[in-house]
Amino acid sequence: MNQAAKFAITASDLTKNYGERAALSHGSFEVPAGSICGFVGPNGSGKTTTIRMLLGLITPSGGSATVLGESIKHPEKYLPSVGAMIEGPAFYPALSGRENLKVLAELGGFPLSRVDELLEKVDLADRGGSKFKTYSLGMKQRLGIAAALLPNPELLILDEPTNGLDPSGIQEVRGIIRELANNGTTVFVSSHILSELEMICEYLVMLREGKVIFSGRTQELLSAQQPMIIARPEYEVDIAKLTSKITDAGYKVMIIDGSLHIAAPSQVSAEINRAAFEAGITLASISLALPTLEETFFEMTGDGK
Amino acid sequence: MIRVVIAELRKLRRPSLLLGTIATVGGLSALFTSIVFLMINSEGGNSKRGQHVGPAELSQALGLVYGFKLVGVFLGIVSLCIFASQTAQEYSLGTLRNLLVRQPSRMKILAGKFIAMKIFALVMVLFAGALSIAISYALAGRAKVDTTAWGTSAARHLLFESTLNIFISTLAFGAFGMILGLLLRSPISAIAVGVLWNLILENILSALISSTGKWLPGINFSNLGEGGNPDLSYKHSVALTAGYLIISGALAAILFKRRDVAN
Repeated sequence: MNQAAKFAITASDLTKNYGERAALSHGSFEVPAGSICGFVGPNGSGKTTTIRMLLGLITPSGGSATVLGESIKHPEKYLPSVGAMIEGPAFYPALSGRENLKVLAELGGFPLSRVDELLEKVDLADRGGSKFKTYSLGMKQRLGIAAALLPNPELLILDEPTNGLDPSGIQEVRGIIRELANNGTTVFVSSHILSELEMICEYLVMLREGKVIFSGRTQELLSAQQPMIIARPEYEVDIAKLTSKITDAGYKVMIIDGSLHIAAPSQVSAEINRAAFEAGITLASISLALPTLEETFFEMTGDGK
Repeated sequence: MIRVVIAELRKLRRPSLLLGTIATVGGLSALFTSIVFLMINSEGGNSKRGQHVGPAELSQALGLVYGFKLVGVFLGIVSLCIFASQTAQEYSLGTLRNLLVRQPSRMKILAGKFIAMKIFALVMVLFAGALSIAISYALAGRAKVDTTAWGTSAARHLLFESTLNIFISTLAFGAFGMILGLLLRSPISAIAVGVLWNLILENILSALISSTGKWLPGINFSNLGEGGNPDLSYKHSVALTAGYLIISGALAAILFKRRDVAN
């Protein structure tokens, strides 16, 4: 299998500078063909800049990248097979959703019959004739996803596709992404909802301050992290006291929903239980868990609470 | 590129823009043509800058297109506004990124947009011309203007020539608007700068230093629509307009091709 067939996206030392500031600095990563790959990083970490470079909208300051085996210097060679929604949906407010999709279908040379199919798919068939400016945020987002699906893409790039969607909308988008991946489409998706990405992404590319800090299998990332001991005191008033005991013992603690998430090896559980008992604190529960993607993200990006 | 033209025409034929343009162009055409015929006996004049045109002049072949030629410069300004807003809105709405993902050749996008807007401008000019002629015929009797000469081949030739000149003039104004749209990336700024420059600043400049009028773009674009005048030849305006548009168009196109689409 050659590189082109193996990876939908490759980036090597990809760099974009704006004056002195590096929006992306020597970014190298690969997105395997046919996978769902999450693209995560705090705001301003360079995700959208990277996506724009991959789509030929901005010129890199250095490095190279390929999309579907073609260099990003020649976007005309791969864009007909790429669907994208970048930084939220942008359409003509005075045109209906249907007319907006027709503009893009005509531009890309796709059959107009596809427009109604896609409106149906994203649950906008009833409102396809309404002007875009009358749409709710969730409807605009769904129209953006429909536009990205117009080319029946080999690679779908979605930047925050679930912004503004209600839980059922998020579930629908998850369903669409999974369905596309099952049919062989590569999906490269950025999102702030890390629990969503953890559920659907086999691969991850993680950015921090313009640098790629992880690129690989999601499971590989999570299993490389230290397991978490989750201790829940019976009474909330004891949280501060227990936290102080554990941090004094040299362990890092995060408080999430009334539970203490302690980064420590499993054998420390007994020590924590004993310390709590000696301090007169009853633990309602104590368990061991691998950190979630969200916890790992905060740990790696230093963006924790 | 034909796909870009078709897609662009779909945007241009949206009811708010199409009906708004028809109403504006129709209103201007009706107003200027009516003034020529209804104020034919007015001491304040019935033509541009207070000039007076009487029944004898309007009874000649030129009478058929007199009102239409008067509205020409305003069609140019309407064209400037449409070309500027249609170009700049792609930046302000953020839709340029969608267009470039579906058609990565920026030059094709630019050329396709220009061709589609040319078609729109042609329809606008033809509509204004047809309305002006209809009103001219309707008001000729009341103004005691004999329309016999309006049916001659000389009148038809004048009509063709005037339509072509006004169309070329609207294209020049439109291209000017499109360049402003590309440079300023905001419909309001592009329209404001274009209208202020053409309707106010050029008039002030040419009034203060009369020799500048010969070199100002807007005055030359208008002169194209009028088919030239004794003070400013048609050939001079063609050459100057071509020079201005080729140089500024090339600069704007290079900028459009190379500039990052970061919004």
